[in-house]
Amino acid sequence: MSAQQAGEIKYLTPIAVDTKRKKYCRFKKSGIKYIDYKDADFLLKFVNEQGKILPRRITGTSTKYQRKVAQAIKRARHLSLMPYVADLLK
Amino acid sequence: MTPVLSDEQMKETVEKYLKFLKAKDAEIIFEDNWGLKKLAYPIMKKSTGFYQLIEFKADPSIIKEWEVTFKRDERILRFLTVALDKYAIAYNEKKRNKAKVEKNQ
Repeated sequence: MSAQQAGEIKYLTPIAVDTKRKKYCRFKKSGIKYIDYKDADFLLKFVNEQGKILPRRITGTSTKYQRKVAQAIKRARHLSLMPYVADLLK
Repeated sequence: MTPVLSDEQMKETVEKYLKFLKAKDAEIIFEDNWGLKKLAYPIMKKSTGFYQLIEFKADPSIIKEWEVTFKRDERILRFLTVALDKYAIAYNEKKRNKAKVEKNQ
């Protein structure tokens, strides 16, 4: 009985945290159709400290816009608006 | 463009490319000079560069020649030619109008 209770408690806490916030695609929500490669500050949101593109799993972007984000980031990198490799970008 | 240019040389370079477009009957929609900016990583041992944006409408057949001239020009560090879809054109127009309104205020 006590073991079952302990198991339940362990299981319940993370679930409650997970379901609190639902992920959404920010482009669909705010109606953005085009992602500008010239706007490096905005693209920084989709990149981690090392300058790597964050997966959809974390940002919640839909497939269609993830592709556009990736393309925009790569263009920005080519033009040296964003780094290819970096430390402590944020 | 390389940072080791005077203002005049920079303008001259831009002018050269605008002339190229005009010679090819291209319609220049918008151009913007961002000035000297820090690069995110060094290119040809330079850490800063001039940025110039030109939006134009032209026949696709001239693009190859256009890019070759960039490659031959040592004053150009990097270039990027992108085709714009309808959303991009709408976005650029909106941004321009916004900038205009801010200027007028």
